[in-house]
Amino acid sequence: MMTEGIPLEYFLIVSTLMFFIGIFGFLTRKNLITMLMSIELILNSVNINFVAFNSYLYPHQMQGQFYSLIIIAVAAAEAAVAIAIIINIYRNFRSIETDKVDEMKY
Amino acid sequence: MNNQVMFFLLSAIILIFSVLTVTTRRVLRAAVYLLFVLVATAGIYFQLQYNFLAAVQLTVYAGGIVVLIIFSILLTSHISERAPRASAAKAALSALATVAGAILVLLTVLQFNFTPARLEKVEPTVTNVGRALVSYKEYGYALPFEAISILLLAAMIGAIVVAKKESNQEKQK
Repeated sequence: MMTEGIPLEYFLIVSTLMFFIGIFGFLTRKNLITMLMSIELILNSVNINFVAFNSYLYPHQMQGQFYSLIIIAVAAAEAAVAIAIIINIYRNFRSIETDKVDEMKY
Repeated sequence: MNNQVMFFLLSAIILIFSVLTVTTRRVLRAAVYLLFVLVATAGIYFQLQYNFLAAVQLTVYAGGIVVLIIFSILLTSHISERAPRASAAKAALSALATVAGAILVLLTVLQFNFTPARLEKVEPTVTNVGRALVSYKEYGYALPFEAISILLLAAMIGAIVVAKKESNQEKQK
């Protein structure tokens, strides 16, 4: 086994820290693209969790792996649509900073 | 022993470059750091012996999404441009909320007593993954597979419609 000597908790610690680093980025960043990157970090940490649980707790099934595959596909779709929206915003406002895009605020 | 060294190396890469991704002030560098994080994650999947998932991670995430992000960065900002620093109060509050949340989650997770299952492992080979993906029997994933196909089609059409330029005729109306 390639995971000998590595308890499940180690994976959970890594993914938890990565998740909260992503949240920190989402809260502090103002550029839309860097916010999108923080979301990718969050999704990725969740994937690690699914795969680790699958491998340690339910090795007789493949549910965790399929959840991860579907999350990756959703992340790709989300990134494509988000970037289309960001480019459209840039075309209209000449900026993708969240504090400059406030047309719909009253 | 070797496993542990490898795991700690990969986790160190993941954590260091995650922090750099969210703190660096140059946007293009943030994208490259994100790429390192994603590749190291693929390394962790390889270590858990999910080879197919690791390959998907490398091609879709590291190959697809990062390239898309880099393209959009090049389209929307100058390379020399530096993102403004977040205000000290905002950064401090965010850091406080983040650290508090991380400690809370870690305490909860580490208190729970996980007992690794000693069941026979289904080898996640491409054969098994492919069979399960289109099977509609027990432990088959045909429905999510179809749903994700429709989602991808919708996202593709949506992205084209949102990003396409208005034609001159529409503008004149």
